[in-house]
Amino acid sequence: MNNQRSFFFNVDWVTVFIYLVLCTIGWFNIHAAVFDPRHPSIIDFSTNYGKQFLFIIISIVIGIVILLLESRFITALSPAFYGITILLLILVLVVGRNVGGNRAWISLGGGFRLQPAEFAKFTACLLLARYLSGTNVRVSDLRSFFIAAAIIGLPMLLILLQPDVGSTLVFYSLIFVLYREGLSPYFLIISALFIVLFLTSILFSPLYVIATISILALLIILLFRRNRRLAVTVITGLAICVVFVFSVKFIYNDVLQPHQKVRISLVLGITSDLKGKGYNVNQSKIAIGSGKLWGKGYLHGTQTQYSFVPAQSTDFIFCTVGEEWGFAGSVVVIGLFLFLVLRIIFIAERQRSPFSRIYGYGVASIIFFHVFINIATTIGLAPVIGIPLPFISYGGSSLLSFTLLLFVLLKLDSNRMGIV
Amino acid sequence: MNSFFERRYIIAGIFITIFIILLARLFYIQIIDDRYELYASKNVLRHNIIFPERGSILDRNGKTLVQNVPFYDIMVTPNQVKPFDTVEFCHLLGIDKPEFYRRWAKAMKYSPSLPSGFEKQIPAQTFASIRERLSEFPGFSPVTRYLRTYPDSVAAHFLGYIGEVTDRDIKRYGGYYQPGDYIGVTGVEKSYEAVLRGQRGVQNLMVDSRNKPKGHYANGLYDTAAVAGQRLTSSLDITIQKFGEQLMQNKVGSIVAIEPSTGEILCYVSSPTYDPNLMVGRERGNNAAKMYADVYNPFFIRPIQAKYPPGSSFKPLSALIALQEGIITPQDTYFCPGYYKAGNRRIPCNNGEAHGLVNLSSAVAESCNGYFSMVFQRILDHNGTRQTEATFANWRANVNKFGLGSKLGLDMPGESRGNVPTPLHYDNVYKHGGWHSSTIISLAIGQGELEATPLQMANLECTIANHGYYYKPHLIKAIGAENVIKKEYTQRNYVGIDSTYFEPVINGMQAVVDRGTGIRSKIPGIVMCGKTGTAQNPHGEANSVFVAFAPRDNPKIAIAVVVENSGEGAHWAAPIASFIVEKYLRGSVSSRESGITPEYFENANKLPDLSYKIKERTADSLRKVKRDSLLKHQNLKSASGNGKKDTANKYLAVQVKNKEDE
Repeated sequence: MNNQRSFFFNVDWVTVFIYLVLCTIGWFNIHAAVFDPRHPSIIDFSTNYGKQFLFIIISIVIGIVILLLESRFITALSPAFYGITILLLILVLVVGRNVGGNRAWISLGGGFRLQPAEFAKFTACLLLARYLSGTNVRVSDLRSFFIAAAIIGLPMLLILLQPDVGSTLVFYSLIFVLYREGLSPYFLIISALFIVLFLTSILFSPLYVIATISILALLIILLFRRNRRLAVTVITGLAICVVFVFSVKFIYNDVLQPHQKVRISLVLGITSDLKGKGYNVNQSKIAIGSGKLWGKGYLHGTQTQYSFVPAQSTDFIFCTVGEEWGFAGSVVVIGLFLFLVLRIIFIAERQRSPFSRIYGYGVASIIFFHVFINIATTIGLAPVIGIPLPFISYGGSSLLSFTLLLFVLLKLDSNRMGIV
Repeated sequence: MNSFFERRYIIAGIFITIFIILLARLFYIQIIDDRYELYASKNVLRHNIIFPERGSILDRNGKTLVQNVPFYDIMVTPNQVKPFDTVEFCHLLGIDKPEFYRRWAKAMKYSPSLPSGFEKQIPAQTFASIRERLSEFPGFSPVTRYLRTYPDSVAAHFLGYIGEVTDRDIKRYGGYYQPGDYIGVTGVEKSYEAVLRGQRGVQNLMVDSRNKPKGHYANGLYDTAAVAGQRLTSSLDITIQKFGEQLMQNKVGSIVAIEPSTGEILCYVSSPTYDPNLMVGRERGNNAAKMYADVYNPFFIRPIQAKYPPGSSFKPLSALIALQEGIITPQDTYFCPGYYKAGNRRIPCNNGEAHGLVNLSSAVAESCNGYFSMVFQRILDHNGTRQTEATFANWRANVNKFGLGSKLGLDMPGESRGNVPTPLHYDNVYKHGGWHSSTIISLAIGQGELEATPLQMANLECTIANHGYYYKPHLIKAIGAENVIKKEYTQRNYVGIDSTYFEPVINGMQAVVDRGTGIRSKIPGIVMCGKTGTAQNPHGEANSVFVAFAPRDNPKIAIAVVVENSGEGAHWAAPIASFIVEKYLRGSVSSRESGITPEYFENANKLPDLSYKIKERTADSLRKVKRDSLLKHQNLKSASGNGKKDTANKYLAVQVKNKEDE
């Protein structure tokens, strides 16, 4: 505040620029996705593209406000923010409006509504950074690990009750933060292994899966004959895997809800229901696939303009990019996101304060996970779990929470020379 | 720096790898896989076919022979149908529920997303009441189709009929037709199909995900308009066509009349005929089945498919060939003793009464068998009897030039060649060298293996009328609004006889009508040249044949009439021919010295007794019924009540009547 020149000099304008570009891309694609010939203007506030414009303006204003705040203020109030979102998450379960099977929205009047889960990502990130940056806290310690896991787990649990599986899974991406801060790489490996096992056990008979992993385990033990500890670990791991494989059928058949089961089986190609459950993804693939290299042109995508893809302005906004701007547009958007997350990692790593670094990784992980799952869904690589594409999907809560997430990092970064 | 600094690379590496996987997948579905482009256009594009109106057909004076009447098909697109009151709907269409479900299943089987016919050929009057209510049943939409109607119910064999395309048609025409389309099956509808059908138009419409129309694709850049089929002007004169059909009713046979100076066919009667309106509309199948079962075979196109020995009507041709070959001169005389002996055969002539001394003209006039047998033998034997085969081949070639023994190339499907026997044929029958002029002497008087279609006979008269050439006979005079005439119809076909040889023959033919066998058919004030023929028929009474042209100078009409199983040419064929000729030349029929009247001939019934055939057929059909009932028991389900159905014809009749009232 006392040094305006150095303040603006310290803001990472590259990130701000990418942010603005992504918001603009989003705005134009929402315009195309829900284009209404009776309201052709992109800033007509009776339409969703008009509203999105409003959200972008509000977000930019809030972004500027954040940049003007004291960093210390943010750090200090992390627990309070976290507490408020937890309260909101509880509140939404009581007074929430049921939209599309999820009790995820709190009505604010005037047609606007709030989705607390979007903000929970931000506050969980903050509190996690605050906790892990504390003295004598090491993720490799069991106690610290459990507290960190609880910070992440509490909002997950509450969101799961809505039940919004998509947003719940997003919190799992914070495993990258824990990993960066010293979590054993086994967690990453085991996570990946469990995902692979889960999918293969659904696709193939559990006996085949167990046979395969047993052979693999045997090979590892034989290769590292000298290493006894490894052998013990592998055998323990194998035992856990075997139990997991047998429990997959149970999870798949009895824990998952029918619509989740269907979505998984559709992605795996076990079932195909192009007219019913698989309609959305199939139409989305048609939209993207028919875009070819250069796309059909702005407002000329037939899939987009004639509303063949449901939810196209929100979770399936990437169809519009793929159809109207083609592979070229897809490369630009994915390129921008990749650049953004790498830039955030770069920013995180240049922080002197552990808080800022940890928070930065949180931001990168959450954005990465959203982009990955969202785009993978539209091209049939991931089951439909319904999470938005950051900065691009229509929606005020989503845009606002990602803006908060990003601009708090930029604020922390602009103060990186100071000690927080 | 903290100890896990290097883990940033692992995390960045994971991020990069996963984004590359996304890009790779996108590259595959956007660049490599072409299917999605196709699916997207399938989603959004609807090709709406606009059916053109089929070309109309006029008679030579511009009177309409065929018109189009709009009918309505109700199409159903199963996946657009919303729940509705089926009872109400069945009531609206006048069908029962099982029928409704049967059709529904059929439509579903064809395609749930493409329209297919649900109720076909609804007349406009019935449809008016349906149209109002149809909007209550989404998924059901009307399509206008044009069907044929024949205001005068004449010339069925010329016009032919149209029918839904068969799978074979669809294959043969390489995808032009689609199931449910109509195609010419017989007659002019078939031979001029490409001209009559016009060009289908296509609208490339776009629809949104709810099948709501969203305008034309690319603003209609790729749309094509339907082009109505071209008008055909037929050479027929509807007045004499109608008159001819009346004269021939209750008789089996045909009339072909041609304008010698153009080759245009004026009259093309095949009897028994049928009302072409019977072959339109919903009762078509039943009507056709009835006609197929008719022993007199109304579908048989006698002018071009029936082959008759020309009998004496062949004699003028014999004479012309002999004159051209220099075998005889018109003045040569021959004494006819009432028979002719060829080898050990005895050809009777004039019921055994001697004609006495005859020359060419009087031999034609009196139809002297002896004279023409003599001429024939002289033609074949003038190079010695050893050369018979060669001279016969030559004679045959000369006959062929008149269009006998081969198709004349009429612009109608199903033409027969007739028959002029080949030397090879006789070699097969009598062994090589085992036959002589006397063996095949019956050819001299147009009998034996010789067969000609009525069209060929009439064409022969054209050639005589023209003194040595003919125009290819044709039924379509001009095509389209510009009245394009095919070039082949303006070329003369010479038959290789010098024009000077015709006069003596024509003299004889004039005498036939003036004082010879055709005297009963003499038309007051018109010089008609003709020749009667009585072709023996192994199945019963002889076929009555008469060929003629008139007037003698500057002939306007050449005609051939055949009345099967009715006896002598002079008795039946000649009077009928004379009525047609007079009606054509004069517009009315005057009273005749002989006292014959058209009414008498119209009312006469000369249908041969074919009861033995009916018995045969009944036996056949009894067997068939038995077989059918067995089949029916096997698939009882497929049997369906047809419910009540308006016949399209009833409606048509009403419409035509209304038109006349106006």
